[in-house]
Amino acid sequence: MSDISKSVRKTDAAEKISGKALYVDDIKLDHMHHALTVRSSIPAGLIKNIVLPELPDGYYSVGADDVSGKNVVKIIFDDQPIFPTDKVTYLHEPILLIVGPDKAKVKELVDQVKIEYEETKPVFDWVNSAIHYHFEKGDGNRVFRHAKKIISYDYETGYQEQAYIEPQGFIGYLDDDKVTLIGSIQCPYYVKNAVIQALGVEENQVRVIQPSIGGAFGGKEEFPSLMACQLAVAIQKIKQPISMMYDREEDMLVTTKRHPSKIHFEAAVDKTNQILGFQTHVGIDAGANIGLSGVVLSRSLIACTGAYTIPHLDVSGDVYLTNTVPNGAFRGFGAPQMYFAVEMFMEHIAKDLGIDPLTFRKRHLAKQGDKTSTNGTFRDPIIMEEMIEKAMEISDYQTKYKEYQDPSSHKGIGMSWFFHGCGFTGSGEANHIKAKVKLRKTKDGFVHILVAAVDMGQGIRTTLRKVVAEIIELPLERIIFDFPDTDFVPDSGPTVASRTMMIVGGLVARAAKEMKERFQEIEFTVQKQYEQPSYIKYDEATFQGDAYPAYSWGINIVEVDVDPVTYITKVLGSWSVYDVGKAIDERIVLGQADGGLAQGIAYGYLEVMRHENGVLKQKNMTDYIIPTAMDLGPMETVLYENPYAFGPYGAKGVGELTLVGGAPAVTKAIEQAIKKRIMKIPATPEYLMELVNHG
Amino acid sequence: MAKITFQLNGKPVQLDTNPNRRLLDVLREDFSLTGVKEGCGEGECGACAVLMNHEIVNSCSVPIANVINKEIVTIEGFSQTHRYDILRNAFEEEGAVQCGFCTPGMMIASESLLNKNANPTEEEIKIGLSGNLCRCTGYNMIIKAIQRAVKDGDGTW
Repeated sequence: MSDISKSVRKTDAAEKISGKALYVDDIKLDHMHHALTVRSSIPAGLIKNIVLPELPDGYYSVGADDVSGKNVVKIIFDDQPIFPTDKVTYLHEPILLIVGPDKAKVKELVDQVKIEYEETKPVFDWVNSAIHYHFEKGDGNRVFRHAKKIISYDYETGYQEQAYIEPQGFIGYLDDDKVTLIGSIQCPYYVKNAVIQALGVEENQVRVIQPSIGGAFGGKEEFPSLMACQLAVAIQKIKQPISMMYDREEDMLVTTKRHPSKIHFEAAVDKTNQILGFQTHVGIDAGANIGLSGVVLSRSLIACTGAYTIPHLDVSGDVYLTNTVPNGAFRGFGAPQMYFAVEMFMEHIAKDLGIDPLTFRKRHLAKQGDKTSTNGTFRDPIIMEEMIEKAMEISDYQTKYKEYQDPSSHKGIGMSWFFHGCGFTGSGEANHIKAKVKLRKTKDGFVHILVAAVDMGQGIRTTLRKVVAEIIELPLERIIFDFPDTDFVPDSGPTVASRTMMIVGGLVARAAKEMKERFQEIEFTVQKQYEQPSYIKYDEATFQGDAYPAYSWGINIVEVDVDPVTYITKVLGSWSVYDVGKAIDERIVLGQADGGLAQGIAYGYLEVMRHENGVLKQKNMTDYIIPTAMDLGPMETVLYENPYAFGPYGAKGVGELTLVGGAPAVTKAIEQAIKKRIMKIPATPEYLMELVNHG
Repeated sequence: MAKITFQLNGKPVQLDTNPNRRLLDVLREDFSLTGVKEGCGEGECGACAVLMNHEIVNSCSVPIANVINKEIVTIEGFSQTHRYDILRNAFEEEGAVQCGFCTPGMMIASESLLNKNANPTEEEIKIGLSGNLCRCTGYNMIIKAIQRAVKDGDGTW
């Protein structure tokens, strides 16, 4: 048997290179109409009156009165209307659509809509908690009584915009009484279920299809459900094919972003300089509705010990509602905020105690058999010590670290350690998602993979096919993985949470094994449904038990040079070592590693987005800066194999792991370069200058 | 309205249109050349890059009036060339494609770079790509793809 990690050419690379791959805006339908959105001009207030311009024949307005089902976007809580009826809760909230055949005319009409408001006082401070969580491990904060020393710091993180290069968009049409939507999405069944509820129709009256997706990174997880519901209502009303495309500015102003956070840490340290316990509080800004914020907060809280074992914990957090654009899923999902904070905190504790940070961190590093933050168990081998040695060796960390300690040096090198829990938090997979997959063998001897997993660039159309081909022992060309279409594929869950290869791929592998045994049958289908490993038990209410079935682990090392005059940080290079169980395609995993780390490093020092009184100050690619080819220096990645029993060929999660450690690695490097402590990200030149001059 | 004539992917074309329209819209709407993508609409991301008289331009920032009598090559036209085949192979071999939305623009940028500088240094490649944003790859595999194309092309540029 060949090694499945051996790279193959990606299924869709050639068609993407040639420009032939069709993304949603490339698909043309006859009689296509265009929908544009009328948005609120204030962050908070009551809608008193809407005055529409005279609409020419064939032009329509679509709003709350047209919603035939429930006027709520189905996510978790019923707190987001498809179209608001009486109040607005953030600037640029969608109020209604104008639809018609000529886009320029539609635009003109949108600008003529007059909305009268009674303004109310917007809330931007983090005072209105919609969700509060609290849990303990061991003696909780009672252990602080035994502390020889208590060390406390506060950390802050800013917004991050996904900045997928393809903006959000949908097209849709009506076929008899069935609404079909084609959209740039991560989760076909989230969209389908939301639209069923919005229209109040039967399951077979909504169909959702995925075209090529131009990047997503979480940004196309829950937000598309809002667009889809609005568009479906419009299609049901006017019975014409409609295109609804956001341009970059609209996309940046109104779509979900990474939650800004404020993280408070206290550590109780004993007389041997060992940490007894943490007390921590995480606040995140949800924006105007809860959306997925509670789940984002849980992941953040559960990551509060970082890659370390801390025996006693008192952990709490709040999701705050403000009159700002709603925040949501973004690769890492609460973990990047926490890893920045906890990794800096460990560094700062060591410095306060006068101990070498590396020695101090190694003493606390999590080991197999240790209790997790939620009293679960790290059951599988943890090979971090070996991986850390490797990372330090390939980056020449020790030599550089020593050299850059020199007060005159303006270079620095930083190292972050981290894990990422693979799949949904807690019992999500077993209780909420209940993933199903199918494999179908057709008469011509081809095998079709029928899953709802979306290839948004991460390569799942290639890697899932490899898994099936390898198990059934067929050439790769005989395995077909078409774009998901909810009329044909079962609900294998959303394409999120680093779950696709481990969970969906694991199910596909099980189906493939059965198919192989029955392969003499001419035509048949195998279906598999997710079963949680029996030893995994988790109580969502108390945060007790195994929060994840498996963990991927990683190390990032980043080297920087901070200009002593301009305080501009130049990233000189980065080195990473990952344990993702088993790479299903080495080159694809290495590509994920480069891209994820680029986003993580940039989150730490480069990408700035902020709002002033609810108005986002960055709204396009000119003022929201993401890395160019000039910015990040060479990247080197080493993969370690550490197979997970329930993943296909031992594979665990990849996508998010590669992002979560980027920010603390770069900020530790900057910290060493400027000899001041970094307490917030992004660590912009302005902030560094302030630290050096006044810190 | 104005009469606009130019060379598009090697063929003369003519159309009667508003001279302020963006070249990007004319290519996508009037000629169905949807390999040319709109990522930002303000000349920052390079997803809409095409060649105008062998120079890379962002078609979102070019009014069609400025194209009169010029020679425009889009990814659809470039894909008919030997140089394209070398670059395509290199992009595939090096894993330079993830979501693919920036890729046609990256191919145009690569051709534009190599056309002027057949043997660029790594730094020159980075400068050559700096007008094209990619959010998936971190760029390294794209840089390696261009280095491979230079090697595989063996004097093609």
